[in-house]
Amino acid sequence: MPRQTRLPPPGYVARRLGQSALVLWAAFTLAFAILYILPSDPVSIMLNQAEQSLADAAQVAALRAEYNLDQPLVVQYGIALWRALHLDLGRSIQTGQPVAALLAQAIPATATLAAAALALALVGGIGLALAGSLAQAGWLRAALLAAPALGVSLPTFWIGLLLLQALSFHFFLFPAMGNEGWQSLVLPALTLAVPTSAAIAQVLGRSLAAAWGQPFAEAIRAKGVSRPRLLLTHVLPNAAVPLLTMAGIITGNLLAGSVVTETVFSREGVGRLAQGAVAVKDIPVVQGVVLLAAASFVLVNLLVDLLYPLLDPRILQQRQAG
Amino acid sequence: MPLRPFRLAPAALAVLALATLPAGAQPAPQPGGVLRIAIDTDPQCLDPQQAGNNNSLNVGRQITDSLTDQRPDTGALVPWLAASWSVSADNLEFTFQLRDDASFSDGTPVDAAAVKANLEGIVKLGARASLGAGYLAGLREVRIPDSRTVTVAFAAPNIQFLQATSTMSLGLLAPATLARSAEERCQGQLVGSGPFTVARFVHNQQVRLNRRDDYAWPSALARHQGRAHLEGIEYRVIPESGVRTGSLVSRQIDVNASVPPQDERLLLAQQLPVLARANPGLVYSFFPNEADPLLRDPLLRQAIVKAVNRAELQSIISRFQAPASAVLAKTTPLYSDLSALLAHDPDGSRQLLEEAGWRPGQGGIRERDGQRLVIRLSYWQSTPFLELVQQQLRAVGIDLQLNRTTISQVTALRDSGSYQLQFFNLTRADPDILRAVFGSSGRNVNNRAAAPVDALLQASSAELDPTRRRDLVAQAERALIEAGHVIPLVELSTVIATGKNVHGLDYEASSRLQLYDTWLGR
Repeated sequence: MPRQTRLPPPGYVARRLGQSALVLWAAFTLAFAILYILPSDPVSIMLNQAEQSLADAAQVAALRAEYNLDQPLVVQYGIALWRALHLDLGRSIQTGQPVAALLAQAIPATATLAAAALALALVGGIGLALAGSLAQAGWLRAALLAAPALGVSLPTFWIGLLLLQALSFHFFLFPAMGNEGWQSLVLPALTLAVPTSAAIAQVLGRSLAAAWGQPFAEAIRAKGVSRPRLLLTHVLPNAAVPLLTMAGIITGNLLAGSVVTETVFSREGVGRLAQGAVAVKDIPVVQGVVLLAAASFVLVNLLVDLLYPLLDPRILQQRQAG
Repeated sequence: MPLRPFRLAPAALAVLALATLPAGAQPAPQPGGVLRIAIDTDPQCLDPQQAGNNNSLNVGRQITDSLTDQRPDTGALVPWLAASWSVSADNLEFTFQLRDDASFSDGTPVDAAAVKANLEGIVKLGARASLGAGYLAGLREVRIPDSRTVTVAFAAPNIQFLQATSTMSLGLLAPATLARSAEERCQGQLVGSGPFTVARFVHNQQVRLNRRDDYAWPSALARHQGRAHLEGIEYRVIPESGVRTGSLVSRQIDVNASVPPQDERLLLAQQLPVLARANPGLVYSFFPNEADPLLRDPLLRQAIVKAVNRAELQSIISRFQAPASAVLAKTTPLYSDLSALLAHDPDGSRQLLEEAGWRPGQGGIRERDGQRLVIRLSYWQSTPFLELVQQQLRAVGIDLQLNRTTISQVTALRDSGSYQLQFFNLTRADPDILRAVFGSSGRNVNNRAAAPVDALLQASSAELDPTRRRDLVAQAERALIEAGHVIPLVELSTVIATGKNVHGLDYEASSRLQLYDTWLGR
């Protein structure tokens, strides 16, 4: 193959784009189906809230018609899909606000939280894997390598409440709630970073161990290069490519974790929006959040797929050969 | 120090709270400060005229005024925006004389035309104003002979309307607000005449209210005149109960507006003031579906009434809650104690079941013609006392099967009609709630045919004289219990906790918060 064409060919890009659209459509349809399998009616939930409503049946029926909830399932699905294709996500049944506006308001808060958590997770996860890789003492090495498994299995909810008890209620270092200022970001970002950093440490630790065993490492060591230097300049770059594969999973982790984290820390964001909407079966909002989650997942994977050939041309060549 | 379990009666707690004040004198209110209140769920819609949850009604109370106000202790109505009112001899027409100095926060006057526009607007909101539209059912016309006089005429006697004018569901909004869409109003585009105005509403996050400096028309119940003491109110949505409690103890909030029973002991041990009040209206009860082949039988329904040991339920519920002593809670105006009808009588219950043909069967569950006596209940509330009720019913041979699920599943089941029992409470500071819920021409919660009790319910909502009305209400409740149309269980209480720096915080008659007189100590 000509070595000068480092950019992925148009066919490859088109195929990836087509697959992404398919994933989005599947997520939309699945969410719609699940929401309709659940036996409940968002309008009566809106009217009932905590107590029972005294509204009469005719008034309720009028309201139901307003949201097309009296139409057959296929028609409702068609209307929702048609609107989604035109980037019209409809209005929340509970609050009447456009779903796009609700999402636009929630996304910055969650993006900030996710970015802070990702930064912490990268530092923590890579640091842990490197430390485990360098540790000489057997017991320390074992402890460092076991830490990620522990981190993955701790419930986010529990970590959040422990941090709150210690650093907010007992010693007032950080506020327990809200979105104001960097102080309010510290505890939720830490909470969200723990499982992500553990996952990063796990994958990186394993591929570091594999890279150490490669002949090139043996050869360089034989030249007298120190272990830490070898690790940073040769082993780490080789072991880091699999981390890129994790980008999609990490995005998913952060989005899923934001539901719990934002609830425990009373923060505004996509997670809280999703949690609230599911609880009251606010179909348009749930659909919007599902689409957003699917879109960010798809986008990250698409970027990774397009980056791969640049980092490692063999990937493209294998595909074309096969 | 080990925590010893201790129990305090609410009265003793009130004394405890008072004991922290200097003897004899009430401290003078200090102006200023922002009260931070933790609420458990998003208010969703701030418009008090539209259907809302307790949190949104609490916000609505601070931004709107009502024609009348209701004394929490006696249920008596007192002047607010209406300086006086009269009721026609046939109970069909209510005429209000408005005070002449009140204005909405956009400067427009609170006059007769505004009141008319509000009442007609609520009817037009329909199902969205499920509470308010119910209060105004049968509205014939609103006449405004002059700018200070409003006459509200109904097609049938409707004495509950007077109490309804004291609720935030009929709170008044500026005509400019009424012209907005229901959605815009939900988002806080609301102009009222209350002591506070909406500054900011961020879903799942906070509602910020600011004081209105030219406010000068509090209700006759207020303890001061002029503007509110607080500079502002900040409602923070904090879904986790442990975080609400921790934030209160560490002084990151001033009020926890939703204290679950498991946090009460911790708060009392911290000596933080805890305020509790039973919600007026229907207590937590079972409401049998009488279209069901089993519960159609009055003997079975009466057997359930007698099988419940209400005194025993006290061991499970909050120390601030009481078992039911009538269909209505103690805090409801015109309440009568009917606990004699609700006495625990397991032998009487077994006898009724025998009479109905239910014989002891396998595993202690009764059977008739090979059918086991199984009753299913789906509910969503966090009410562990139902499991004790389950055991009590089992003792007489009834198998109550409990299925705790989501509110959406429960409403779906209710709408489908395929259920045996409903379980809920309903807050309303007027006994008319009986007619609205049980009346065969109202919601008809029992799905039953018209019966003599309907006449009693109707009469109790048309009678103006309080003594005679109390008597009619008690008769109606007696008839409902004796026919097993309702199986009252436990009163609901609202329990809040505050920091020691919060003063003058009170429940209004519907057990929601009134913050006009509230102030923060330094």
